[in-house]
Amino acid sequence: MNVVRPYGDTTGDGRVQVSFTLPVPFGTETERALAEGAALQLAQKMGLEPAMVVHAKGMGPAFTFFIVYGRVSHLVDLSAVVVTEREFPELSAAEINLRIRSALGRKLVVVGACIGTDAHTVGIDAILNVKGHAGEKGLEYYREIRVVNMGSQVSVPDLVARAAAEHADAVLVSQVVTQRDAHITNTKEMAAAFAAGFGPARPLLVVGGPRFDPAATADLGVDRIFGKGTTPRDVASFLVHALAPGDPEAEEVA
Amino acid sequence: MTGKLNLDPALVRQARELAREAAEPVVELTRTHTTVSVERAVLRLAGLDGADEDGMPWVNRVVDAVRDSTGLEHGVALPAWDAMATGNYPDLHTLARDAAKGKVQFRIPAGDDRVRARGSAGRSVLAGISRIDAQRAVRDRMLAEVGDPAKPWIYLIVATGDIYEDIPQAQAAAREGADIIAVIRSTGQSLLDYVPEGATREGYAGTYATQENFRLMRAALDETSRELGRYVRLTNYASGLCMPEIAALAGLERLDMMLNDCMYGIIFRDINPVRTFIDQRFSRQVHARAGIIINTGEDNYLTTADAVDAAHTVVVSQLLNEYFGLEAGLQDWQLGLGHAFEINPAVPDSFMLELAHAQLVRELFPDAPLKYMPPTKHMTGNVFAGFLLDAFFNLCGVMTDQSIILVGMMTEGIHTPFLADRDLALENVRYVRAAAGKLGESFVPAPDGFVAQRARQVLGESIDLLTRIGKQGMLNAIADGTFGVTKRPAHGGRGLDGVVERADGYWNPAISIFSGGSGGSSPRDDSTVLEGSE
Repeated sequence: MNVVRPYGDTTGDGRVQVSFTLPVPFGTETERALAEGAALQLAQKMGLEPAMVVHAKGMGPAFTFFIVYGRVSHLVDLSAVVVTEREFPELSAAEINLRIRSALGRKLVVVGACIGTDAHTVGIDAILNVKGHAGEKGLEYYREIRVVNMGSQVSVPDLVARAAAEHADAVLVSQVVTQRDAHITNTKEMAAAFAAGFGPARPLLVVGGPRFDPAATADLGVDRIFGKGTTPRDVASFLVHALAPGDPEAEEVA
Repeated sequence: MTGKLNLDPALVRQARELAREAAEPVVELTRTHTTVSVERAVLRLAGLDGADEDGMPWVNRVVDAVRDSTGLEHGVALPAWDAMATGNYPDLHTLARDAAKGKVQFRIPAGDDRVRARGSAGRSVLAGISRIDAQRAVRDRMLAEVGDPAKPWIYLIVATGDIYEDIPQAQAAAREGADIIAVIRSTGQSLLDYVPEGATREGYAGTYATQENFRLMRAALDETSRELGRYVRLTNYASGLCMPEIAALAGLERLDMMLNDCMYGIIFRDINPVRTFIDQRFSRQVHARAGIIINTGEDNYLTTADAVDAAHTVVVSQLLNEYFGLEAGLQDWQLGLGHAFEINPAVPDSFMLELAHAQLVRELFPDAPLKYMPPTKHMTGNVFAGFLLDAFFNLCGVMTDQSIILVGMMTEGIHTPFLADRDLALENVRYVRAAAGKLGESFVPAPDGFVAQRARQVLGESIDLLTRIGKQGMLNAIADGTFGVTKRPAHGGRGLDGVVERADGYWNPAISIFSGGSGGSSPRDDSTVLEGSE
C-alpha cells in the first residue's frame, strides 16, 4: 500500500485549506462567536482536526464567508486510485493527415453540433474552427478532415439526418449547459437516435463539455468523452486511432 | 480628453470614413427590407401584448395572418388597422383572436381607407412611444432625485432561471456595490422567433426575457435604488431573432442598458446576416428614443480568436457598431462599445498589450461609455491565479478610464458564481478602485514606448482591414470569417425566411415617428413618399 497525506510544509502534516459560506449572520459579538463555532463544527465533521478559522466575513445580513485551515487525518491510498489512461497516442497534424490518407484513401468526415437548447458554441468552435484553441489549429485545418459545423441548438433528428447525408465518420457534440443535467439527457437521447437510425454501422460518437465524467461512455452510449482543456489535436488523434488504424510498428517509429 | 497615444487625427478620421463606406450598403439594405420581428414590434408598441392558450404571442398570430393573406411587403400596420376599421374591431386583441382563427381577410388599403388606417395606426403606435418617452422621463427624474453613481459603473450578472430568485439576488448584488444588474437570458432564447409571456421560473443558464420579468425586476431595483441612494441600472439582451421586439419591451419597461450588437447574432448564434442587420437598426431606433445605452459584443471575438492577433477586429467592429448606432439615432453617450481583457497571461508584456488596447479604444471613442469585460478564456481552475488576473483587469480598467466594468469572477468557467465568489470579486474591484482609481491621470505612456507603438499598430491594422472590407463588401467579409473566425454566408443561418423586401407603399408608423414624422396620426400628413422610403 502506498499511502500519502496532504502536505503543508512538513511530510505527513495533513494540512489543507478550505473556504465556504454558511447562512448565518456575522453582526453582533454573539453572532460572530456562533458563526465561527458553526464553521469549526463543519470543519471537524469534514475531518479537519484541529481546525482554525483564519478568516470570517459577513456578507449582507444573513451570510458569513469562512477560510479554514486544518489537519486532516485521512490517508490517501495511491494503489486504490483509478485512472483512465489515454488509449491513443498524440499525433502531429502531418501524421494525422498521413494516417487518414493511407487508411481511408479519402477525407475523414466530421459533423459537429451543439444539441438541445445549448447555444454555447465556444467549445465546438474551438475544436472545429481553423483558429482552434490553446495554440492548436482546429479540425478544419487538417487537410484530410472535412468538417461540417452545424452550429448551435441543433435538434437530434437534424443531426442524425445530416450525419447520414454527409456520410459522417464521426459526430462531435458539445454540451456546455448542465442545468438539470441537460447535458446527460441530451447525450443519451442523441446516442439512442444514432443507434436507432444507423444500427451498428453508426458513426463514431464523441461528446465534449466541462462537466462530463470521462468514464461514463458506456452509460451515455458514446465512444469517447472529452473534458475541459481538450485540444483539437487530442480529438483528431482519437479519431485517427479509432477510424484510421495504422500499423502499430509504424506508430512506434513515428 | 487629450490623447496620450499621439494618434494621428487624420488616420482616425480615415478609419471612421472607411467604416461608413463599408456599412452604408448594409444600411441601405435595412431601408429597403423589413422583418417579421420589426413588424411584431410595431404591434407591441401599439399595445398588443399577451398570448394565446399555446403561449404564442398575439403579435406573432397577427403578423403571420397578415403575411399569409396579403404579405408583409407593405408592413403590418396598413392591413391590420384597415381590418380594424372595416371589421369594426374595438381593439387589437379582438382582431388578433379572429386573425388567429383565420377569420380576418386582410388587404392593402388605398385612398381614403389608407389615410384612415394610417391615422389610427399612427395614433396607437404614438401612444406606445409616448409611454417609452414617459419612462425615459421617469429615469431622468430618478437619476436626479436618487443619484447617478460615478463611473466606472460596476456591472454584475444574475442568472438563476427563476425571476423570483433573480430579484433577491439582484437586490443583494446592488447592496454589495453593483451599479448595473444584468439578467442573463435563458440560453435558448436567442433562437426563439417569439418572445415568451409572463413571469417565468424555468430557464437554462439564465432567465427568459419577458415584458413581465422586465417589469418585476425594474420595480424591485427602483425600491433598492431608493434604499441605497443611487440609481441601479437594469440590463438585458436585445439580440437574437426577436431583437426589435425586446428593444420595444425594454423601452416600455424602462430597462437602462441593452446588449445590442450589430453582428453578434450572426457570428455566434448563426442568425442570418441580413435579418440581423435589419433587426438591429430598428432596435437601435427604439433604444435611441428610450435613452437606453447599448452594449456591443466585441469582447466575444476574443473568446474564439486570439486577443493579440485579432485586436484590430475589435476596433473595426467598434467603428462599425458606432456608425450603425449613430445612423440609427443613438448618441455617443449611448454607445457602450465592448472590449475585453483576454490576452494569454503567458504572453510576455501581456498587461502592457492590454493597456495599449484599452487606451486605444478609450481615445478612439472619448464620449462612449465603454464596456470592459474581464478575462474568461485564460481563467483556469486555479482560482487564486484567476483572482490575481482579475485584479490586473480591474487595474487596467481604472488606468484607462473604462466606463462600465463587468466584475470578473475567479470561478469563471467552473460554475455560476457562489455568493462568496461575488463578494470576493467586489472586494477586488473596491480595493483596486480605492488604491489606484486616480492613477489614470498620471498614466502617460512614453510617446514612442511600447504601449503607444502597439496602439498605433492596432489602429493601422484596423485601417487595413476596413479597407479590405470596403472593397470586398461587408456581407462577403462576414461570409469569409473576418470576425470571430466564423464564416457566415449572407444566405445562410436562421431567420432568413422572416426577411421581406419592402414594396413601394411600405409604411411603418414607428419608423416614421422615430424619423421625426407624426406616424400618420395627422390626417393632412400624407408624406407617403418620404415615409414610404422609410
